[in-house]
Amino acid sequence: MDAITENWDLYFRSFGYTVTLFVIAAVLSMLFGTLLCALRVGPVAIMRAAATTYVTLVRNTPLVVVFAFFSFAAPMFGLTFSFLDVHIGQFDFTEAFGAAVVSMTLYTSAFVCEALRSGINAVPLGQAEAARAVGLTFGGTMTQVVLPQAIRASVPPLASVQIAMLKNTSVAAAFGILEAVGQMRRFTNNFSSQRTEIFIFFALGYVILVLLLSFAASRLERKWRIA
Amino acid sequence: MRIRKAFAATAVGLFAATALVACGDAGSDDKEGVEVEAKDDCDDKFEEGSRMAELAAAGKINVGHKDDQPGLGFEGATDDRPSGFDIEIAKLLVADLCIDPEGDGVNWEVTISDNREPFLEQGKVDLVLASYSITEDRRLKVGQAGPYLVTGQQLLVKADSDVESIEDLKGKEVCSVTGSTSIERIDEKGAKGVGFDSYSECVAKVLDGTVEGMSTDGTILAGFAAENEGQLKVVGETFSEENIGVGYSKAEPEMCEWINDVLTASFDDGGWAEAFEITLGPSGVEVPDPPALDPCA
Amino acid sequence: MSNSVLFDAPGPKTVVRHRLYALGTAVVLLGLAWWIYDGFNDAGQFDYEKKWEVFTTPDFIRALLVDGLLKTLQMAFGAILGAIVFGVVFGVAKLSDHAWIRWPATIVVEFFRAVPVLLLMVFTWFSLGIKQDNSSFWAVVIALTLYNGAVLAEVLRAGINAVPKGQGEAAYAIGMRKTQVMSSILLPQGVKIMLPALVSQCIVALKDTALGTLVLAPGLTKVGTQIYLEFNNRVPTMFVVAALYITVNLLLTLLANWLQKRYVGEKKPLELTAVGNLNGGAGGAGGTI
Repeated sequence: MDAITENWDLYFRSFGYTVTLFVIAAVLSMLFGTLLCALRVGPVAIMRAAATTYVTLVRNTPLVVVFAFFSFAAPMFGLTFSFLDVHIGQFDFTEAFGAAVVSMTLYTSAFVCEALRSGINAVPLGQAEAARAVGLTFGGTMTQVVLPQAIRASVPPLASVQIAMLKNTSVAAAFGILEAVGQMRRFTNNFSSQRTEIFIFFALGYVILVLLLSFAASRLERKWRIA
Repeated sequence: MRIRKAFAATAVGLFAATALVACGDAGSDDKEGVEVEAKDDCDDKFEEGSRMAELAAAGKINVGHKDDQPGLGFEGATDDRPSGFDIEIAKLLVADLCIDPEGDGVNWEVTISDNREPFLEQGKVDLVLASYSITEDRRLKVGQAGPYLVTGQQLLVKADSDVESIEDLKGKEVCSVTGSTSIERIDEKGAKGVGFDSYSECVAKVLDGTVEGMSTDGTILAGFAAENEGQLKVVGETFSEENIGVGYSKAEPEMCEWINDVLTASFDDGGWAEAFEITLGPSGVEVPDPPALDPCA
Repeated sequence: MSNSVLFDAPGPKTVVRHRLYALGTAVVLLGLAWWIYDGFNDAGQFDYEKKWEVFTTPDFIRALLVDGLLKTLQMAFGAILGAIVFGVVFGVAKLSDHAWIRWPATIVVEFFRAVPVLLLMVFTWFSLGIKQDNSSFWAVVIALTLYNGAVLAEVLRAGINAVPKGQGEAAYAIGMRKTQVMSSILLPQGVKIMLPALVSQCIVALKDTALGTLVLAPGLTKVGTQIYLEFNNRVPTMFVVAALYITVNLLLTLLANWLQKRYVGEKKPLELTAVGNLNGGAGGAGGTI
């Protein structure tokens, strides 16, 4: 027991990294995923094709490979995140964190885009027709009329996607971030006699985070339900 | 079953295609290793009822090793059995039980940091030689004899770097493997350990300049420095001492004396030095003096 | 909703503007591709002798396909079979009229959806008793079974709920019992609706087998790791492994589309992502990634 109980600071710090990584990547992936989705239903053929190819490729690649790309391959063509050097309290956000945020964002965006597309399908036809009838352009139709409704309609699938991402942040452990699973592996190495307790504590941490997120999503869904 | 068939067809197709185009020939040079002859004096060498006698009588042994540390314990995708310094020492021990180290009597079992103790406790392996540092916490659960190798942690940086020791990297990021003992030592020294999955990944990070340095056992670092001559260098004094030992089950304390005896014999007859020379020597590490063994409890 | 609903047929000016957009996009994409290609080239990543020869060497191709891909497929296949059983049992249990069946089933399903699959694997691995042979293989299969089964249970529940009410009512009307209604009327139709989602879940299972390396399971990533450690070719190996995963997953996607056409018709597919929270419950921990 004392592995965890004497190191609560490390335990909470590691979940702090998990949560920070999750929040930043969640916001960015929502933005980028929405943009991708707009491109996918937009009028310019080549943009549609590019966005569709992107979503297809990324959806079918394991996250580990995406991480490896930004950690090891990207520096070869000069893309590094070394400019990132932020230190807040006990937390350091540096190169590895930048690469993790970008990997998580680009990966999750593909799924956000798919979820939103199902939401767009749920928006009644008349809404878009009416928008065009009053003279809105494609950009206007999307940003003023369709997307706001689509996002509301797709709260449940978007929540699923983001919850899956919360759990996926564990992959960052192998790429230089001391988030929950990384810390767990350090604990289990240092206190190998208390392995089971360590696992249970970390699993509970995840269960609590996921429950919080599910709760928030269902509140949001009820609040935003289209009458 | 349709998937299986389609898979088989694709596999055959790929095979045919590559066979027609060009057959590569990568990595076919065999790994070096010392030829170790099995002994044949086991009939009354071991005390009756001891674990060693049982193993020798059965002619079978399970050995836990690492498969991702070139030079110490490594097994390639197409290798039949692992290679490295750990493996050479294991071969000496196995041979002393009159089991042919190259034969089918030895079952080489891959272990990782997470499963070495459970493997020993549950009897899945009889011996662990997996760059297994001797620590107090581990000795609570399993027995550790040796050490057969004492290494110290050093620092690997770019060849043009001004960094001279770990002290110069206080507060900076230093790469190592997630969940290893090395990464803890980095933190103790005031630098910030960032963990990746393997040391070769850390090398890539140092080479592309995204971290300033990496740190682990000097023997491993020397290998990487030799591989990337002119681009990387090992700097600074060793700042920790890792005692690499042989793991055995606590239920069989008689193993300790035997392991120490075999190790002592190999220190004396040069078997230990030869194993070192052939596995870690090529990367430019001088053969050190054999370490002093811990007494058995 | 077809695309044309979102925008008007372009006039002459808009056509010109769209062509400019298209040109701009093409230039940016080509520039990006060149930048990446050039970077890799300068770093010597396209050097056949050093980096790629291993992938044309028969022994290593065999290792990649047999020890790698085949094992990965076996684990995914086993996990999906198990997940279907788990999903049907718990999906039906969650719809039970008896609270003492419904609640435990709900708790089990929610728990397995909330814990990262990597942790589940390690748990199973230890509780299996590491002693058994192939324990890491089975740890992956069991962990993925529990996780994907929990997701499928939700999918199935949604599928059964999507069967028109009249079906069940008609069955009761002709005197069928509760079990009969479920097993011969609702379940077959629910499963049919669920098929495409099932195949999507296969993709998830297949991708998640990649995490098995952490419990020493065999598979594509394991062989990939061995190769790049031996030949120091991280980037080429990454491309090869990714290409294999993408190919298999695309084949599965094609299968999903075919199944859907064959059994579900042109009806809107049951989006896996859409089944988390249909009834506003506290679920929503979908396994879409």
